[in-house]
Parts: sequence; C-alpha cells; structure tokens
Amino acid sequence: MTTRVLELDGVDVSFGFGSRRKHVLHDVGLTLDEGRTLGLVGESGSGKSTLAKVVVGLVRPAAGRILIDGEDMAGAGRERIARLRRRIQLIPQDPYASLNPRMTVGDALAEAIDPLRGRAEAHRDTIAALLAKVSMDADAADRYPHAFSGGQRQRIAIARALAVGPEVIVADEVTSALDCSVQAEVLGVLRDLRASMRLTMLFISHDLAVVRHVSDEVAVMSGGRIVEHEQRDRIFASPQHDYTKLLLASVPDGKPLRERRGTAVSK
Amino acid sequence: MTVAAVKPAAPRRRLRPTPGLIAGLTVMAALLLLALVAPWIWGDEAEALGGTPYLPSSSEHWFGTDPQGRDVLARTLVATRTTLLMCFGATAIAAVGGIGLGAAIWVAGPRVREIGQRLIDVMISYPAVLLAMIVAAVLSPGAVTSVVAIGLATCPAFARLTTNLAANIAARDFVSTARLLGVPPLRLLRRHIVPNIAEPLLVLVSVAFTVSLKALSGLSFLGIGVQIPSYDWGKLLADGLQDIYNNPAPVIGPSVAIVLAGLAGGLIGDGLAAALSPNEGGGRARGDRAKVKAALGALDASAAAGAVAVADDLVVSLPDGTRLVDGVSLSIAPGEIVGVVGESGSGKSLTAMSLAKLLPEPLRSDAAQLRVGDLDLTGNPSRSRLATEIGIVYQDPSSSFNPVLKLGGQLTETLRVHGGVGRGEARRRAVEQLKLAHVTHPEARMKQYPHELSGGQRQRAMIASAMLTKPKLLIADEPTTALDVTVQAEVLKLLLEANERDGTAILLISHDIAVVSSVCDRVLVMYSGRLVEELTAGQLRAKDAQHPYTRALLAATPAVDEDTEPASIPGRPPQPADRPAGCAFAPRCALVRPVCHEERPLLRITGTGSRAACHVVGEPAEAGAPAAVEAGAPAAVHETSDVPAGPVLPEQGAAQDAEETAR
Amino acid sequence: MAEAAVVTEPGPKARAAAGRSRSPWLAFALRRAVGLAGVLITLVVGTFLMVKLMPGDPAQARLGANATPEQLAQTRQEMGLDQPVLTQFTDYVGGLLRGDLGESFQTGQPVGKMIGDGMPFTAQLALMAMVLVLVLSVPLGMAVAVACRGGRRRSLDTAFTSATAFAQAIPEYVLGTLLVALFAVKLAWLPPSGAATLSAMVLPVLAVSIGPVCTLARIVRRETSAVLTMDYLRTARGRRLRGLRLYARHALPNLLTSTLTVGGLILVGLLGGTVIVESVFAWPGVGLASFKAIIARDYPVIQGMVLVIGLLAALLNLLVDVVLGLLDPRTLNAKAGNTA
Repeated sequence: MTTRVLELDGVDVSFGFGSRRKHVLHDVGLTLDEGRTLGLVGESGSGKSTLAKVVVGLVRPAAGRILIDGEDMAGAGRERIARLRRRIQLIPQDPYASLNPRMTVGDALAEAIDPLRGRAEAHRDTIAALLAKVSMDADAADRYPHAFSGGQRQRIAIARALAVGPEVIVADEVTSALDCSVQAEVLGVLRDLRASMRLTMLFISHDLAVVRHVSDEVAVMSGGRIVEHEQRDRIFASPQHDYTKLLLASVPDGKPLRERRGTAVSK
Repeated sequence: MTVAAVKPAAPRRRLRPTPGLIAGLTVMAALLLLALVAPWIWGDEAEALGGTPYLPSSSEHWFGTDPQGRDVLARTLVATRTTLLMCFGATAIAAVGGIGLGAAIWVAGPRVREIGQRLIDVMISYPAVLLAMIVAAVLSPGAVTSVVAIGLATCPAFARLTTNLAANIAARDFVSTARLLGVPPLRLLRRHIVPNIAEPLLVLVSVAFTVSLKALSGLSFLGIGVQIPSYDWGKLLADGLQDIYNNPAPVIGPSVAIVLAGLAGGLIGDGLAAALSPNEGGGRARGDRAKVKAALGALDASAAAGAVAVADDLVVSLPDGTRLVDGVSLSIAPGEIVGVVGESGSGKSLTAMSLAKLLPEPLRSDAAQLRVGDLDLTGNPSRSRLATEIGIVYQDPSSSFNPVLKLGGQLTETLRVHGGVGRGEARRRAVEQLKLAHVTHPEARMKQYPHELSGGQRQRAMIASAMLTKPKLLIADEPTTALDVTVQAEVLKLLLEANERDGTAILLISHDIAVVSSVCDRVLVMYSGRLVEELTAGQLRAKDAQHPYTRALLAATPAVDEDTEPASIPGRPPQPADRPAGCAFAPRCALVRPVCHEERPLLRITGTGSRAACHVVGEPAEAGAPAAVEAGAPAAVHETSDVPAGPVLPEQGAAQDAEETAR
Repeated sequence: MAEAAVVTEPGPKARAAAGRSRSPWLAFALRRAVGLAGVLITLVVGTFLMVKLMPGDPAQARLGANATPEQLAQTRQEMGLDQPVLTQFTDYVGGLLRGDLGESFQTGQPVGKMIGDGMPFTAQLALMAMVLVLVLSVPLGMAVAVACRGGRRRSLDTAFTSATAFAQAIPEYVLGTLLVALFAVKLAWLPPSGAATLSAMVLPVLAVSIGPVCTLARIVRRETSAVLTMDYLRTARGRRLRGLRLYARHALPNLLTSTLTVGGLILVGLLGGTVIVESVFAWPGVGLASFKAIIARDYPVIQGMVLVIGLLAALLNLLVDVVLGLLDPRTLNAKAGNTA
C-alpha cells in the first residue's frame, strides 16, 4: 500500500475581477503517491505553471482542497501553511533567476536547511552531502552562482530543494532553458535521485519527450483542465483524449513531414 | 522556454572606477576638505565689514566685494560648509524617508501597495521645487526648513525607485523560493532584497545630492531659504545678481561653486551607474589568436556551381579577432532545405545571419565566397536585391514585429520600398500571401497591431512577409522555438508548403535535431563555431552519424517514442576565444587521440557518404577505426554523472569559470 | 539612471480576429478622469490644511503687527475663522466652485485675477521650453545613439556624456544669471528682463530648457540604444530599410514611448524651473507672484498658486500619457500608465 502524499480536489483559480476575470484552472483534481513521478504536460496558457504555484502555495485557489499527507492546506492558518510549504519544494524554471547572485551556494543551501538562522559554516557536512547527491564537489559551496553553468545551477537548485527533505518536489520546466546535452545531465541527476531517494515529484514540462523519460504517470492539461491522466506507457501507447493525440502527433519525431525527393549529400 | 532564453552568466560585478567616477570623487573630496577648513581660515575675512563695497574683480578680491565690502571669494569658500551640510541633510532625509516609505509600502501587502504607489505617483508628478516652496511657506523660511522641504520633496523619487526595484527583485525566482523555504520577511529583506537593490539606490543618492544642491540654493536664491546672517552659495548668488549690471564679478564665485559641486555629484552618479552596469566597460581585449589558415573542408566545387547560396570559408569575428564562426563552408541547391543544428554558442545563427547580411554590430564576416544567387554578399550588394531575394523568418514572432506599427504597413514595406509596387497592389498581394500562410481573417489582420495576434498567427504572418517577394532563399532562424508543439508542427508544414509551391530554398536553423530531420533534405552539424558533420536527414533520422559529437548529441536527445535514456556529454564546449588548436570537441571526446589536440580535422567523406571533420572516423587506413567508433562511442560518450567519471564535470566547469572571472 | 529600458512585450493572448471589443481610449479616459478627480481632491484638501498648519494667525498676517484686538476679532469674523473647521472647509470649497479664490492680503486684488494675469506668461514660457526641449533633445539623443551604435565613435560618446553632465549640473537660475551677464550686460544683444517682446523670451526659455534638454537627450540616447538592439529593428534592417525610414518610422515611436515613460516627469518638472527662472528675468508669471507671496505669508495667493500649478502639472502629465497612447496603443491598457 502506497501513501498518498499529495491530493488536489476541485481546485479553481481565476485572476482579475469583473469582465476581465479569467479562469485559469477549472476543477482540477490530481493525486500523487509516494515515490512516484507525475509528469504534467500542456502548452503555454494551459495552466500548468499556475497549478505548480497552487501546489507550492504561491497562489491560493478560489475553491477546492489541497491535501498534503492528508492535511488540508487551503483551510490552514499561517503557521501551518508555512510548515506545510516546507514539505513541498519547488525547482524553478530559470536557473539564472533562481539563485540569489549575492549569496554563496553554501549560504543558499544553509538557508534551505535552516531558514531562520542558517549559515554555511554551521552545516558544512550536510551541504557537502547535498552537493554530492547532485554530483558536485563540496568546494562549490564557497562560490557564487555566477561561477556555474546553467546545468550546474539547476543541480544546485535541486540540491536546495532536497535540503529541506521535502515530501514532494515540484519541478517546473527545469530543463527547458537548457541545451540538449545539459538537459540530459539534469535529467540524469533527477533519474538517479528518483532511484536512490524514492523521490516523489511533480514534473511539469511542455516537452513530451522529456516527460516520457522522467515520469511514472502523465497528466495532460489544456485550457485549465486536466484532460487525461494515465500511466506513462499507456498514455504514450494509446492516448484517449483528442488533445493528447494531437500533442503526441505534433511532436517532431524525426520522421519526414512529407515525401522527399531523394536529395543526396554532395559527394 | 528555449535555448535562447539562457542568458550568459553575469560575472559578479566589481566596481570598475571610470575616469568620471574618479574625477567626481576627487572633486567631492576636495569640497569636503574645503567645507571642513574654510570657516577657520577665511571665516574672519568673510565677515569683515568696512572694506570698499561693490569692488569689481581684482587681484586683491578675485570676485570683487559685496555691498558691505566683504570679499566674495572668501564668502564663497566659507559658504561651502553650510551649503554641503544642507545638501547632505536633505539627501539623507530623502534617502532614509523615501527608502523607508518605499520599503514600508512594499512590505505592507498588495492593497496598501497599490494605493501607496498611486500616492507616490501623484506626489512625484508635483514639481519638487514647488513642493519645497509650499513646505517653506508652512514652516517659516530658514536653513532647517529648506533642508526638510527639499528632503521631503525628494522622498517620492526614492520611494518609487525602492518599490519598483523591490517589486522587480521580489518577482525573481530566488525570492519566491526563499519564501517557500520559510525564510521570514525581515531576513528575506535583509539577505535577498536589499543586497540586490543597493546599487541603483546608491546611484540615486548621488543624483539626489545634485538635485538638492540645485533646489536648496534655488530656495536661498529666491529668498525663502537660508536667512540673514547665514549664507550659502544660493544666497551669495542672489546678492550678486542684484547688482549684476554694475558688477558681474560677485556672481561668478558662487555660480562656479554650485556647478562644480553639482557636476561632482552627477559624475559620481554616472560613474557608479557605469561601473555597476554589467553591460558597459567590459570590452576586455583578447590577443589575436594565431590564425589557422588552411583550405578547411573546402567547398565542393561542383555543388557550389549551381547553388542558390554559397558560403566558402566563412569567418565571423569580434573586433578583437576572436572567431565566433571559424571557417564554415556550405552550399544550398535550388529548392533544397538545408538544416543547421547545434547547441547555443555553436555559431549556427551567426552563420545564417552572415548569409542574410544582418550580422549585429560589431561583428564582421569574412569569406572566400559568400553569395546568394548571383548576389555577392562580400562586397556592397544592392539593398533592393538583398531585400527581395532573401526572406528571413526570425525566432520570436512576438518581438520581431514592430509593436507600434500596424501589420499591413510592415508586411507591404519591402514591396513598396524595394519592389516599386503601389500601396493598393502591395496590400492585395500581402492579403493573398497571408491566405496562403493560413492566417485567419487576412483582411482584418492588415489593420491590426502585432500584439493582437496569437504567437502562431504572428509567425505565419512573418512567413507570409518573408515569402511576399518570392525570395530565392528563405532563412528561418529557430522559427518554431518560441512556439508550442502543436503550432510548431503547423508552422513547419507551412515552410514545406512554401518550399514546394515556389521552389524556395530554405536554410533552417534549429537546436532541435528532431525538427531538422523531419523537415530538411540535408543537415549540417555545428560545434564551437565549426562545421563538424554534414549528412542527409535520412542518415540523421537513422542515427547513422559518424562524428562523435553528432552521435553524442543524438544520444542526449530524448525521444518521445523510445525508452533509451538520454545521455549527457561530459564537459562544456570551449569559449570561442579559448578554442583549442586541434579539434574543438577533443577535450570531451571519448575517442580522442594525440593528433586531435594538435591538428584541426578537415571535413572528409566517410564510409557512409556523409562528411565529417574528425581524425578518427576519417582514417581510412586504419581498418579498425569505424569499428572502434561503433563499439567505443556509446559506452564512453554516454557516461553520466553517476559513474565515477561524473564528478569531474562540475570541477572542470567551475574551474573554467573561476578562471574566467579571475581575468 | 537605474531604470531599465521600458520597451514592453505584448501579452501572450491575442484578441479575437475582427471583434474589437471596445475602444481602449474609453477605459483610458474613465480611468484618467478618476485619477484627475483624485488629484483635484488632494490639492483642495491639501491647500486647505496647509493654511491650517501654518503657524500664526491668518488675521494677524493680513492686518500686520499693529492691529488692535478689535480689528483682529472683526477680521477673524469676516474671514470665517470663528466658524467650525468643517464649515470653513465647505466655505472654501464653495468659494472654489464659484471661482472665488479669495483676495491677496498684500494688494487686496482677487487671487483669481492675479493668476489670470500671470498664468499666460508662465504657460507661455513653460510651453515654449517644453517644445524646445523635445525638438532639441530627441534628434540629439537619437543622432548620438545612432552614431555610437555598437561601440563606435567612443570619443563622441564621451564628449556627449561629459557635456550633458556638465550642462545638467547648472541650475536654471545660475544659467539664467550667466546668460544675462553675457548676452544682456556684456554683449547687450538681448533684453535682460521683461516679457514685452519676443526677443525678451529667448534668454528665459534657454535658461529653463538647457538642463532638461541634456537630461532628456541622455535618456533618448540610452533608449535609442536599447531600441536599436530590438528584434523588430533587425527585422526592419532585414527589409533593408535605411536612414529616415528605418530610424524615424521604426525606431522613433518606440523610443519616444519609453523616453516619455521615463522622462515625462522631466517635462512636468520644467514648470518648477519656470517658476524659479521668472525671478531672474522679472518675468511677470505666477512664479514671481508666488514666491513674493511666500515671503509675505500671503495665504490666499499661496493657496491659489499651489492649486493652479498642481492642476497644471496633472494636466501636463495627462498630455504626456495621451501622446504615449497615440504612439503606442498598448500603453493605454497599462495599469499605471505614466503617472496618476
């Protein structure tokens, strides 16, 4: 029997008022069990990033329940929310914006370990262990973020999320700002962590190919709704919803879009 | 979003003092010293009555004497202390009050913030000097009143900058992440926000100094500032002005003093801004690297003859000689679709922009041959022919149309300016072209602004615009990178349609192997500014690549229909300035041999008919080589960070970065 | 300064094809009308409180130090000072609505008339200066930016930056004084004061304008550099446009929007400079009258001036935003626009 770590039920979100009011999420329901990774795919404007913000508590839903380990976040008071929030950690999209340029990597990680008083010196060993988990050397702790490449920064961001020991990690488009080879590097780290730490993860991406390689199950969003939620292999093998089919059909798979007129490479 | 969204890592900013900053600080230091000592040295002279009044300039009294016979120079020097004290006082009030107010408004929550910002907007739009006059009128005129008045009047500027900056920083991911971690608000402010907004505020402080100097002496000048018997520069100026027709000399001293101090403040502000700006003053010159001149993978003459576009030994370089594109040769046959793939920094876009003759300043291109059709791009080609014979589709349709002009005007511009086509005829053709590009409501679109269209519609309009002149070559630079997958598929089809309908040759730039292999006839792979392999799209689809980099790139690309795990490539591409003398991929290559470090490989035909720039796959003599590639590459290149070789990776990268910063 | 270029990106959502729901101008007009009303209320309440906050007795100020207690009491009654504060306020507002701004303590003249006499002169000076600032600074900033694009002509850039930094640092009244000393006293080319002739306007307008010309030219230069690197300008270059068509049609509207967003306040700030410079040239505008009134603690005049200048500043702001809206309709939808 697995534990249900995260459950969303009937979540509605809208922005703006009056005639400008825009529904971003409609009656969204999701469940996530311990040790599983749910891939959330959708195109721009489908509401997937808003959903990520709702899950981590940056956006308050107008209606619906968000249960973390069975505890409702929507009804919780400030203190409880702060405590619940730490159990869900976000890895943001842009590794160049997600690390404070004025803080060393060690300080950033120390702050994740102890947000009230954290200092790098006090947590040296823990920080080294965290960096090792994302295949980085301990002396990275003394450097500032600018010393690292996009892929390395993203690994630091992962280490920071792990530092809290969260129940759920929300990864919001973590590889979409990266080059292909660097993307593979970050995906590799996530893959290893999933295996070694039984990570529970909500992996959000617009890239179906990436989602396929990270997820156990996949949910497809469109127009603020979840239109399909299935085990990974089933959704890729036999998509049910028209929109899922369209998405899958649109991914360039390298097959020619038309019949070629056999042009040969110059000899 | 995309590869292009990656910004270069901003080096940690250090103060690089500009000459202006040094000059400003020097003048300011001198004025401070003067303020300190002047009243002791010239105090008596400045107050001494009984001299001859209204003296003009003389060697005794450089700036003459005032109606009471006091030396104006001495008075100007002595007034430095009062004036500067008042300025610093007003600046301090403005900075402390304004930053406090701004921070308070920002911390107070969304509703108060909204109202507070509106209030600041109202306050800031009331001329500061007038606001100060009102304050001076409410309290009775005097030095303290003016300081308070000017200080308060300058507060809104600080408050507004503070709220804007704080809002800006607070929207950054690292702040929201810290909030999620449970960092309390005050610590958030202290550790995350203040350090990141301190610099622009510092710049504003020096600007505020100049502003308050102007305003304070202005109030004294009007008679509602410093009152007799005190005096500052403004007061001296006003006194001098009374008698300017008979004796202009006394005006000069205080005028010069005010301008000098104001200039010092301005120079410090400018200097700080320039020194703190990441964009300016960065031009580090790198030595001209030894040029490896060889007939590198020279162009295939037979292919080039009938080609619609040819680049032979194309070099794109920075003014310091660093080659961003290093000896690329390619040709495009009529009606052919040629793809260029590579990761960011590989030089693929610069290659395309050279063929479009649209390189950004200050880059320059050199080539043995660079032409589109019979149009020679190395010389000074006809602008009209460039405009009509080369069509360009850019990466981001939302930023590539001019936001303030209606689409119709933008679409028909080339036809009207270079095609000599009348307005009505140009419109008709544009509408027709929009129809062909499947733009909905083509007639209505002509009267719309770009922001009124969706991203996909905009990119279709961009393609329509490029095809309007029936160009010989269409250059599409990452045309679908900013688009959703479903839209991407449609836009790619549209490019194919244009190619089939008009026989237009297309040069398609993309970072996405799947995109190029599904659309192109032939694909060029670039790495670190060089061409490493040229193969058919069929070979690419079949993963039948020869060059170790192409193979690694294929292995790193996740496929939507396969379960093979994407494999990362250890290390990072070299910076163009640090490109090794031999093969640029050698430091990351699993098949590397000594020769790879020394000698740059040329493009050679491989066993499968593709052309690769690799010493190993190009070695026909060594029969074992291809086998080694087959067997060795996947195992060695596909190492990921979990195997012992992994941890080398961050170290290498960080060391490289640290080195870069140290320079 | 610290503000980045304000070239905004359009929102991701496009409007449905032909269906333009409603004019953005209507919403703009409504919002700005509310804003203007807010400014007006703030000004009225502010000027009323200002007098209440002033130390001393307005009746005393009116009659001077030698007034007898009986005279004072009578004046207090005439001025309504014995009424409750709320009644005083409604009387004040009522007076304003009738166009009655009170009478000057010094001269006994109606304040409305004083402002009516002075305002045309101040407005003339401010508007002339504004036009001159725009006409000079935009081409100057653009020319320098175009000439120095991509790091060319560094010496021209340095010269421009230094010269404008220097001219910027000269206060209007110092500049005015120096101009008088040179052109009126020394060379006697132009009259030193008065507003009788067109030639008398040259020096005051110059004195008010030169600083703002430099400040704005610097902003234009920076914004132009930013616009020149924009993708749409590359598109325009891809159409092989050049010269006037490239810079005037494709760059100018965009850089004007960003320039006005940042620099609109400078234009409004001209008003402050105008008021000060009037005293250098004995220009018979409201500035001269208002600082005379401040020294004499002539409350009704100060109140009237503050009201009128505040209203003028708000209207100028509105004008800047209307121009912005004409240049780039997207700014109409922006939440805050330039300023309230």
